Amino acid sequence: MPLPDPQLTPALEERAARVSLFRKLLKNPVGLIALIFLGLLVLSAIFAPLLAPADPNTASLQDVLASPGAAHPLGADSAGRDVLSRLLFATRFSLAGALLALVVAAVIGVIAGLIAGYFGKWFDSVSSWLAGLLMALPGIVVLLAARAVLGPSMWLSMAIFGVLLSPAFFRLVYASVSAVRNELYVDAARVAGLSDARIISRHILTVVRAPVIIQAAMIAGIAIAIQAGLDFLGLGDMSVPSWGSMLNDAFAKIYTNPDLMIWPASAIALTCIALTLLANVMRDELERTAGPVKRRKNRNRAAEAPVVKAAHLSTVGMATISEEERRLALEQPAASEPGEIVHPVVVHPDPEDGGRSSTGNPFGEELLSVRNLAVGYDQPDGSIKVVVNDVSLRVRRGEVHGLIGESGSGKTQTAWSVLRLLPDGGRVIDGSISFEGKDLAHATEKEMTKLRGAKIAYIPQEPMSNLDASFTIGSQLVEPMRVVLGLSKAEATKRALGLLERVGIPNPQRTFDAYPHEVSGGMAQRVLIAGAISCDPDLLIADEPTTALDVTVQAEVLSLLRELQAELNMGVILVTHNFGVVADLCDRVSVMRAGRIVETGPVRSIFAAPEHEYTKALFAAILEEGEARGELVVAQTEKEGLR
Amino acid sequence: MLRFILRRLASGVVLIVVISTIAFALLYVGGGDIARRILGQTATAETVAQKTQQLGLNRPLYEQFVDWVSHAVVGDFGTSWFTGQEVIQAISSRVAVTLSLVIGATLISAIVAVLLGVWAARQRGWPDRLVQIISVLGFAIPGFLIALGLVIVFAINLGWFKPTGFVQFATSPSGWLSSITLPVIALAIGGIAGVAQQIRGSVIDALRQDYVRTLRSRGLSANRVIYKHVLRNAGGPALAVLAVQFVGLLGGAVIVEQVFAIPGLGQVAVTATNQGDIPLVMGLVVVTAVIVVVVNLVIDILQGFLNPKVRLS
Repeated sequence: MPLPDPQLTPALEERAARVSLFRKLLKNPVGLIALIFLGLLVLSAIFAPLLAPADPNTASLQDVLASPGAAHPLGADSAGRDVLSRLLFATRFSLAGALLALVVAAVIGVIAGLIAGYFGKWFDSVSSWLAGLLMALPGIVVLLAARAVLGPSMWLSMAIFGVLLSPAFFRLVYASVSAVRNELYVDAARVAGLSDARIISRHILTVVRAPVIIQAAMIAGIAIAIQAGLDFLGLGDMSVPSWGSMLNDAFAKIYTNPDLMIWPASAIALTCIALTLLANVMRDELERTAGPVKRRKNRNRAAEAPVVKAAHLSTVGMATISEEERRLALEQPAASEPGEIVHPVVVHPDPEDGGRSSTGNPFGEELLSVRNLAVGYDQPDGSIKVVVNDVSLRVRRGEVHGLIGESGSGKTQTAWSVLRLLPDGGRVIDGSISFEGKDLAHATEKEMTKLRGAKIAYIPQEPMSNLDASFTIGSQLVEPMRVVLGLSKAEATKRALGLLERVGIPNPQRTFDAYPHEVSGGMAQRVLIAGAISCDPDLLIADEPTTALDVTVQAEVLSLLRELQAELNMGVILVTHNFGVVADLCDRVSVMRAGRIVETGPVRSIFAAPEHEYTKALFAAILEEGEARGELVVAQTEKEGLR
Repeated sequence: MLRFILRRLASGVVLIVVISTIAFALLYVGGGDIARRILGQTATAETVAQKTQQLGLNRPLYEQFVDWVSHAVVGDFGTSWFTGQEVIQAISSRVAVTLSLVIGATLISAIVAVLLGVWAARQRGWPDRLVQIISVLGFAIPGFLIALGLVIVFAINLGWFKPTGFVQFATSPSGWLSSITLPVIALAIGGIAGVAQQIRGSVIDALRQDYVRTLRSRGLSANRVIYKHVLRNAGGPALAVLAVQFVGLLGGAVIVEQVFAIPGLGQVAVTATNQGDIPLVMGLVVVTAVIVVVVNLVIDILQGFLNPKVRLS
């Protein structure tokens, strides 16, 4: 029986521990059933002498293997002992044995964990080492060895087993305490002159209490299993009735009377299951209490989602949003604050000739046309949180289309939906994404896999997390080329080295052989650019490709992107929050806010005459350090527009 | 990488030394009057003294220990007090049987756990819940109960397998396979429960990583990314759990061998324990420690291959 991983129960918040775990358990059906079962078990153990119809150890020749009946409600065993009485007394000894192991393990583990975690120093290293030692050996082998010396005593073996199990508590408490030890509120308590004992009891014990209770339920289950195992092997104290010894007795009659095994086996299995379920329910309940904080964090990171109308509806307690309500929510302007005036989309007209790219050539055919795109995330309650709403944009060959807006404006979500690589639960809920005549909003996953890399490529924002740390940079470049272009390994390697050189990496072979953690962020971003263009895409989606880089590196990466775009004549969607990048690279820009495009048009005309309040505010924000903000905005936009 | 392996090897040797020392001290000091126990209560004081003399138990403890160590390092753990067989022989003839059970169970639980864990992580919904239930039951129900259940259903009621007995591989490969099927399944179920849960968790984590999106944006299919990249990254924590499981299975094998009457280390251990055959128990403890150390070393090396950062640290 393996020890439970102490890390499974992370240090839970103090607040969570204070909420009455017991009351929550009563509300959870599984928890309630487990508690009732264990409660009955304890009661029958306590009142075994009153409940048992006969003495558990009195053998009677004429009752050998008697069937269940009036004298023996559950029958009698191979020595003619009453099965029900034995079962009741066995419950007593089995539970008491498990309790002994549990108490020994908890006392040693918790105290050692507190001391090692709170005071550290030599005790820390010694006890951690000892814990590792104890966990390295199979418990049953140690118990067997101990029994060889000490003889068959259930109490002794359970006490020894408690010592063997103590690392489970030790590691748990140790991890929680060393995490809390340097928290500011503990420092504050120390500065305020509280004694160590008081700090431990007030601030630290409350943190570890709940995880220790959960661990205790698991450990009790393991102790019962091991004890039953020992007795089943016939190594236990045969004078004491226990579930394991009953099973051992029944096992000898497995061919003639397999029924005898049912009672002890069910008792062991149900008790272990009840304890494990109890632990799981407690953990789930605690995590649910700690949940909202976590979820809020995730929303910013994974979904980068502004809460628009539909989400408002769901957060005020509406269980599900009907189709009708959803449609209404989508149609209504995304007024995130009441009373705010929502402007219609400001569209600046294209120049007469359709505009020219940075190389001076006219733009090519239309590559991508997004119409009325809406992206939403399915919520656990069945509603949909809409993060992109009524977005339309197009990209021609050779054209760079900037998507600008603050964090959470939906620009990255728009970019991901073109690739159809939205995070879990996210999907296109309305509109179309037409790419070279195909509607990507409704394409199958197989069709998308064919397009990705070959036709549409992607450069991510954060270079380091976008490389797989377990593979060399070279293999991550070679693999897609072999799959997409069907190149041999040698051809792909050659091409990868060429690409690395092309993106300005000084020693391509060395970078090719390196692991991601061995290169700098700027290098990693170049590698990702090389990977994106490796299969000659028509459309490149760059999601804030310079945000995570140093300022000096940013300029280099931007000019690399400009060169590559001109060289390969790609259409580009460039997601950014930086107007400097837009001015530098883009032909056309769409300003996004709260999941919608508020203003769109050629870069020149928007820089010359921004009309939407939000666009103007963004321009103003560039010059936050200036004194006379209002006037400077005009001057700056004019200057930028002339570039 | 070599330094990494050497360091792990050194800490493994230290572990074996410490465990042997503690075990020796406990077994020889805690045992009380060992000769009396061997000979029984009816033996005369004279024969007991003779026996003590014969076993060398009258010497100072450190002398006995030095004697034991000097022989143990060359693989000589003495002879059994009861059968007169050499300890190393009694163990080595059985160790292969136990290892084949445990390694078989480990491999099966690894494979099944990966499939179940990935399935649960990708589908979520009911497959996820099903895997959770299997995990809870597999974890909660002791291995020997599962073994007993398998015997009753598949051997006694259905008659598909022989309930007990072991066939050497050399005698009949198919007989061998049939004789270890149920024991291996009984052992593997607990392992599957623990590892599947771990794989599920790490795959869900890994799927949320940025590089998964980037790799897929390059035209790699979801399956390819999961089975090549995600699993390799999820592999580290899963291997750590597998190492813990292996130790657990080694203990579980002791009981499962008893249920199926398989002549492995477990049987020797139970007999030696019942008799108080201390040289044999000592040998078993050391051999177990060596197995555990070797397995952990192998797992550490695998970790190094999976995760380039481990190699450097």
